[in-house]
Amino acid sequence: MSGRVGVAATVLAFGYAFLYLPIALVIAYSFNESRLVTVWAGFSLKWWKALLQNEAMLDAAWLSLRIALVSATFATLLGLAAGYVLARVPRFRGRTLFAGLVVAPMVMPEVVMGISMLLLFVGSDRLLGGPERGFLTITIAHVTFSLTFVAIVVQARLADFDRSLEEAAMDLGATPWTTFLTVTLPMIAPALASGWLLAFTLSLDDLILTQFVAGAQSQTLPMRVYSSVRLGVDPQINVLATIVVAIAAGALVTSAWLTRKRD
Amino acid sequence: MGEPIVKIVGVTKRFGAVEAVANVDLEIARGELFALLGGSGCGKTTLLRLLAGFERPDRGRILIDGQDMTGVPPHLRPINMMFQSYALFPHLDVAGNVAYGLKREGVARPEIATRVAEALALVKLDGLGTRRPSQLSGGQRQRVALARALVKRPKLLLLDEPLAALDRKLREDTRFELVRLQEQLGVTFVIVTHDQPEAMSMASRLAVMNAGRIVQTGTPHELYERPATRFVAGFIGIANILQTAPGRWLALRPEKIALSADRPATERAIAGTVVEVGYEGDRSLYRIALADGSTMRVAQTNVARARESAFKRGDNVWLGWSDDAGQVLHE
Repeated sequence: MSGRVGVAATVLAFGYAFLYLPIALVIAYSFNESRLVTVWAGFSLKWWKALLQNEAMLDAAWLSLRIALVSATFATLLGLAAGYVLARVPRFRGRTLFAGLVVAPMVMPEVVMGISMLLLFVGSDRLLGGPERGFLTITIAHVTFSLTFVAIVVQARLADFDRSLEEAAMDLGATPWTTFLTVTLPMIAPALASGWLLAFTLSLDDLILTQFVAGAQSQTLPMRVYSSVRLGVDPQINVLATIVVAIAAGALVTSAWLTRKRD
Repeated sequence: MGEPIVKIVGVTKRFGAVEAVANVDLEIARGELFALLGGSGCGKTTLLRLLAGFERPDRGRILIDGQDMTGVPPHLRPINMMFQSYALFPHLDVAGNVAYGLKREGVARPEIATRVAEALALVKLDGLGTRRPSQLSGGQRQRVALARALVKRPKLLLLDEPLAALDRKLREDTRFELVRLQEQLGVTFVIVTHDQPEAMSMASRLAVMNAGRIVQTGTPHELYERPATRFVAGFIGIANILQTAPGRWLALRPEKIALSADRPATERAIAGTVVEVGYEGDRSLYRIALADGSTMRVAQTNVARARESAFKRGDNVWLGWSDDAGQVLHE
């Protein structure tokens, strides 16, 4: 019996190692003294200091953060509206088409979305004189694909939501709008929060779509990292990766916690 | 009976091809405890939801206290409902749940506090105001739902299967508790239930529904002793339905028939054989096979303490009843 437990534990250990060892290595090497990424030469914080003085990298990080904050917020608002309609309006003209269109960005290759968005922005630039490619266009592109995830989370939450709660609110004198604000919204708040975090994370690390719609001037963090990797890896990348992993893990844990907290 | 509090005139509601409520006319008097009784899918819940305003009738009108409710949304109706699932708001505590309706009315804060405390005292939940619904037992949740609906002082309280989620013992206590509250407050109650003893013991009047229609309306006595159709006779209590002529039946209750070993002197008498004895303690329910192959059910109250039932399986017995023991039916 204990032999079987031993085998299971070993398999589990290998599984985790396969998934997380690379990440653990990146984190460990961010504290490396050596300039070489693969040679350990003692503990040091010098690459952390170097990164914090790297203006170009910091600008890219700041841009990415702003895009992620704004796009996650708009994606949450639009995703809430789409998810609400999908969960609550059983029949309307073009419902099937609408449901398909909402989830399409999830299965559409990002390259295709990137090209089509680029064409759109080039066209609108020519016809309307804007928007200039940069912060705005990247944010719009990110909203487009991340609202899908919010819509799915909201729809799922509303689907297993007892409708009679809303009816009870109306029965007690609440208008439909008050009902939405005082009953529906508090009940789906955890889903909205985890949808927001999901959209935030997706925006923060998107590379492919962003490359199509970013202008010559704006470089997001993933773009910056990608281009610097091509020139040769510097341990600053390890530091950056560590920070990104920390943010993503934080978002993931918060999202899971919020989803579980809902009674 | 004065001006009725509820007047339903020719109301029809369809869902697709199904007529959930078919041309229903009904009047409910002020201060009544009225029950809508029927099996599942008979339309009783739809009728309740039409009253609350969650469904719109396809045809007909609903008047509450003389006012036409057509087109009036649920939040503007002087009605409150207690939901079968109770529908307590999980993100609010007990006091918050009860206060919810008063806040929507714009009642002043101090008055809200007083009325919430009164309502909780009424349903014997004093001191539980800060609990969450998830921390309450089923019976307590039911009472929170009741307090939340009653605190609004509605003209009419709708109760959708109010006792269905409770266990048996609690159900019987709560039954009388509801009747007591209704008498104390004088609010008109409309209860929807599929439970026939529940409707009989609580209601001052009830309507039996089948396939979207009201089959019969009356007091529990009238429905039991003078059922209008074979459906009502069979749905409320047990009835032996005897065909006396084409299109004519006699509904005979098991306890209105006497069992004896010798031919009785009653106006009607027929011989049979006991095929089944159902001993229930307070009474025994016999199934008697008659010569024509049909069976009849007869109940005998076990007044005397005896070791065993008076008749055993296989005994030849006589069934006797008087001419006015049964109800003549035409449909």
